[in-house]
Amino acid sequence: MELLIAIIIGVLTACGVYLSLRGRTFPVVLGLTFLSYAVNLFLLVMGRLTIGSPPIISDNAANYADPLPQALVLTAIVISFGMTAFVIILSLKSFLEMGNDQVDGKHRP
Amino acid sequence: MELSLIALTPFLGAGFVAAISRLGRLHAAWGAGIVTLVALLILLPFIKDAFSGQVLVQSIPWIPLLGMEFAFRLDGLALLFVLLILCIGLLIILYARYYLSERDDMGRFYAYLLMFMGSMLGIATSENIIQLLIFWELTSLSSFLLISYWQMRHESRSGARMALAVTGGGGLALLGGFLLLGEIVGSYNLSDILASGYLIRTHELYLPMLILVLLGAFTKSAQFPFHFWLPNAMAAPTPVSAYLHSATMVKAGVFLLARLFPALSGTSAWFWLVCFTGLVTLVVAAYIAMFKHDLKGLLAYSTISHLGLITLLFGIGTPMAALAGVFHIINHAIFKASLFMAAGIIHHETGTRDMRILRGLWKHMPHTALLAMVAAASMAGVPLFNGFLSKEMFFAETLFVINQPWGWLLPTMATLAGIFAVAYSLRFIHNVFFDGESTDLPKQPHEPPRWMKVPVEILVALCLLVGIFPALTVEPILAAAASSVLQGPVPDHDLAIWHGFNTALFMSITALIGGVIVYLARKPLFSLQERVDSMLDFRALYEFLMEKLFAIADTITHFLNTNSLQRMLFVFMLFVLTLGIYGTMATDGDYGLMGERDILPIDGVSLLIATVLVVAAAATAVMHRRRLISLILLGTVGLGISLIFVKFSAPDLALTQLSVEVVTIVLMLLALYFLPQQSPIESGNWLRSRDALIAATAGGGVTLLVWAVLTRPYESISNYFLENSLPGGGGTNVVNVILVDFRGYDTLGEITVLALAGLGIYAMLEHLKIAGASHDSEGRAWDEDLHPIIMASFTRLLLPLALLVSMFILLRGHNLPGGGFIAGLVTAVALVMQYLANGVIWTQQRLPINMHKVIGYGLLIATCTGLASWIFNYPFLTSAFSHIHWPIIGEFELASAMAFDLGVYLVVVGATLLILVYLGLIHHQSHQMKPRKRIR
Repeated sequence: MELLIAIIIGVLTACGVYLSLRGRTFPVVLGLTFLSYAVNLFLLVMGRLTIGSPPIISDNAANYADPLPQALVLTAIVISFGMTAFVIILSLKSFLEMGNDQVDGKHRP
Repeated sequence: MELSLIALTPFLGAGFVAAISRLGRLHAAWGAGIVTLVALLILLPFIKDAFSGQVLVQSIPWIPLLGMEFAFRLDGLALLFVLLILCIGLLIILYARYYLSERDDMGRFYAYLLMFMGSMLGIATSENIIQLLIFWELTSLSSFLLISYWQMRHESRSGARMALAVTGGGGLALLGGFLLLGEIVGSYNLSDILASGYLIRTHELYLPMLILVLLGAFTKSAQFPFHFWLPNAMAAPTPVSAYLHSATMVKAGVFLLARLFPALSGTSAWFWLVCFTGLVTLVVAAYIAMFKHDLKGLLAYSTISHLGLITLLFGIGTPMAALAGVFHIINHAIFKASLFMAAGIIHHETGTRDMRILRGLWKHMPHTALLAMVAAASMAGVPLFNGFLSKEMFFAETLFVINQPWGWLLPTMATLAGIFAVAYSLRFIHNVFFDGESTDLPKQPHEPPRWMKVPVEILVALCLLVGIFPALTVEPILAAAASSVLQGPVPDHDLAIWHGFNTALFMSITALIGGVIVYLARKPLFSLQERVDSMLDFRALYEFLMEKLFAIADTITHFLNTNSLQRMLFVFMLFVLTLGIYGTMATDGDYGLMGERDILPIDGVSLLIATVLVVAAAATAVMHRRRLISLILLGTVGLGISLIFVKFSAPDLALTQLSVEVVTIVLMLLALYFLPQQSPIESGNWLRSRDALIAATAGGGVTLLVWAVLTRPYESISNYFLENSLPGGGGTNVVNVILVDFRGYDTLGEITVLALAGLGIYAMLEHLKIAGASHDSEGRAWDEDLHPIIMASFTRLLLPLALLVSMFILLRGHNLPGGGFIAGLVTAVALVMQYLANGVIWTQQRLPINMHKVIGYGLLIATCTGLASWIFNYPFLTSAFSHIHWPIIGEFELASAMAFDLGVYLVVVGATLLILVYLGLIHHQSHQMKPRKRIR
């Protein structure tokens, strides 16, 4: 299972890096989204993989998943949404003002 | 405590004055006067002790961890400066009330002036040198504001900028010097520093420290070669010139020399650096002053020259010279402030300050002329006036090196400067008030308003009183100040006008006679001067240096910033990869890739989901040019990730991810509508392979890293949270308790960021009008049926249910998966569904809620919940909870964290909807506009 998750995070990172190196804004936004997926997953699994024991206190639970990475990732998801939204609107604005959706923000037809 | 109030009162007063100036023009002047009087009243109980030689120190803990205290000190020297600052300040306030015209904003002027007064008082009374430096920089800033008071004038702005650059740069040097000094002594308190003079002077860091401290002092006190900012600062209103640039701020540098005199002086480095700078400044500035045609320019250079004189005295370093230095600080403040005020009156009443135009004003303003004459005589060092006394002491002190080789140079140069001083003082009087009749004055001159002259009269009276009865007037404060400068007994001195025929008297007489002769021979001198005038232009040098500085900054920026995000990101990724590879290679010891932790088995469903996820991700990257398809694939990946969260015991994350995914995809779809539907092929094969290689390396590296980490055991700090969640936070959902309780402060920051992102997006979208495309990328027209009836009806039916679910999730969040973030997102999704199914306008009409306010209230509730714990004397955001029994519902928990979570909920709902609804509104408008042909 560890190998599987490692491969998933690796693939997400690779897609994120590749897309963020593109020259148009939309793929770059997609790339950033991929990178935040990868980072969120990475943070979560730093608490190691635990199946079937959510960090909710109860009398008959034997052990709990690490709650700290989860708390970090929860806000990170919301913040990444804020960031993605901001970047996509920024790219929209830049497209309207520049006449193209080049990431370098130059006036080119 | 009370001592700190002396310096802090003017700061508080600045706000007060700015506020009351709205009620009436003159209120600000009265207010500023009252504030100054209050500061004097606070000082009153301490005066007696300070005069008797006691050192009062009061401190408040500041950064106890670093041994830093907010400490104030009142001794003789501080008392002298506090009195100078407050008393002259009071006169300036009165004077400026008449000086400023109807168009000038009095509130702003007096608020700045009080800010300056507070900073200057802070310098005088600081016990901690870092705190002194803060006030030091504050004087630079308030001086900047005051010089640029007439913001519309170019010379005001450039003069202010120059003053700030020079004195601010000196302040940085001073910071370095003070840090070294603190290192040497092991304390930042003046009391400790003054007591460890020997340690400081024999330390190996003495010389660099001394140079840095002197750079600070010399820039502030306009010593050569940093003097050029002062004449350019004359663009300030004249009350400012009189107050800051002659009586107080420029004295901060020599104050520092006096303050640190016992600790730093007495070495040859001190003697040469300080003496030489002082001497050059004294002579050069006095020489230049003779040729200035502008009244204030003459006074500015004269000020520089007198500051050089004081610096020179401290450089000579004998106790008597230090006493003379303190004495001249007092005298110069008195006569120069009055001269500036007189110059201001002349400018005010005639409309010009040009001495080539001003003539024969004696007839029109004899009273002002008399006052100016007394002050100018004092400046020239004529007997019976106060300037004579300290100048005579100065002349006497220059003789102490007479037996050294080249020892004659010092008294000779001093006498030469004295000659120049007499000449420019004579010019100030003769040229302006006599010398014929002026014909082309801009205004018909007459005496100024009665009360405008009062401050000048008071100062001029002091010139005479100190000059004639020095022992009765100035002696006590001088002795008190000198004893704290010397940190020991004051040398025997005799403040009298007549000391018999000695060398000093001879030098004074030479200066007086020589000055008259030089003035009489001014015509050939002036024409000579005009030819050499442009040779040493420091202003041009400064501008040249500034230009070069900007050019260097530009070059570096261009070198580092290629102006292409694509290329910068490439370099960034490459750099990160290099670091990662280097870090892995450089690790010492033999670490296997795999650790010893037990591996979980792979089951079929997980493998399937992982395969789907990997394929979808790869397909997104491969098909990224077809944007719609890649977006749909991205959504698949996001949903897959929420399944991973479910699998690995993170129900809160799964819920969050699921709802965020919905909102993100809707938003991107909306944006994509306006963007090109396809990305053209731009990068060649080589470029794409290069990027693919980087991406593959990065992905491979991350995979190895995750694998290496996950197969190793670890220790977590989370046990604390698991153990204290229920007893301390009152909730069983540990993730939620961490968010709203243990780390509530972080969450507050995060929702603030979200709110700002929402507002930023709103700002970008406001007033945006775009015409949308009428066809999709394959040329098909959009579907006419915008809001299918079945979907519209269903979502309407679903809304109450969805809202109920979100409320349920919000309320149970403390104990079961849920909470403000998730509930907020679920509500947002439920409402967005309405917008999607029924159209923006329809929904907006039924839900006329201003989302800005929702965000605002959310932040307010969250912050107030935090503040409420202050009322009960707990730290910010301490939570409390209890269980209550409600009828029917049963046992119910009530925690203050729930109110906080409500704030989180509102911010999330508000920000999400603000973003989506505004983009939706633009979307709606675009349908009603003509399809665009070209985008511009």
